Amino acid sequence: MPKSTITPTRMVLNQQKARLKTATRGHKLLKDKRDELMRQFMEVVRRNRELRTKVEEGLTEAFSALGVASAIMSPDMLEQAILCPRQSVELGISFKNVMSVNVPVYDFKTKTADAGDIYPYGFAQTSGELDDALGKLSAVFADMLELAEVEKSMQLMAQEIEKTRRRVNALEFVMIPECQENIRYISMKLEENDRSSKVRLMKVKDMILKESLEEKQAERAARATRSK
Amino acid sequence: MLKIGVIGGRETVMGFKALGLDAFPVTDVAHAREVFGNLTRAEEQEYAIIYIEEGYAQALSAEIDKFKDSPTPAIILIPGRDGSLGLGQSALKAAVERAVGSDIL
Repeated sequence: MPKSTITPTRMVLNQQKARLKTATRGHKLLKDKRDELMRQFMEVVRRNRELRTKVEEGLTEAFSALGVASAIMSPDMLEQAILCPRQSVELGISFKNVMSVNVPVYDFKTKTADAGDIYPYGFAQTSGELDDALGKLSAVFADMLELAEVEKSMQLMAQEIEKTRRRVNALEFVMIPECQENIRYISMKLEENDRSSKVRLMKVKDMILKESLEEKQAERAARATRSK
Repeated sequence: MLKIGVIGGRETVMGFKALGLDAFPVTDVAHAREVFGNLTRAEEQEYAIIYIEEGYAQALSAEIDKFKDSPTPAIILIPGRDGSLGLGQSALKAAVERAVGSDIL
């Protein structure tokens, strides 16, 4: 039995048929979307994992180098050396559409032309370890930027996949079976109506025939008595 | 143009300052929460990427989760001075679990 009360008419049947057609089509499309998203998502996840390990290793290294530098130099000197950065970064952001998910693409610009120009101090008063540490840090920074891009894409795609998966399941296990059930119910009800009206007609025909037969017999009987 | 912010302990963010990022040294969780709130305030939207040290991110996870589904800002955990806590990897796991429905890694 259908869950909701539906009127078993031909119009509703047509409506339900159209709905089923749309739902099946939508289900197929969404399933394709989910599969493709999943494929791309797995790629992004793989890339993310690589970058994550790379960044974590690089940062740990850079921090330990920085630790060495701060051990050699006085904290005040260190602070002073990097207090006024010469470099400044600007980030442009654009969006790329991956299967209807807008993932960010960062466009990274440094203010000075030379990206390697990161040392905001004169070399005379600072130790070489600081140069080393900053060099390592700037090397790892490119990966950090890509990590940001990949990780955000991953989160957005995960959300979209979750949404698509729910839709696919809702269509597959709720919408489509319900429609089919409704169509079955209506067509059976219509057939039943057909049969019952047919039976009724046959009954009526029988009754009419019987009546006319009786009439004829009565007439014949009447004629016979008259001619006698 | 957008900016990149770094939130973390003094020693962690110091190096990033030299690279030209906006460094925000914080001393404790409450301070980190305040700074994070300032950076992510809706009307400004200046920061496209915020790197945050894992130790603080752990305490701010409720705030960070809010930005999971919005395209900006990207909030990325970085290990602190004392090495990685593995939180970044677990964020990856969480995303996979969300998409696939089970942990397949």
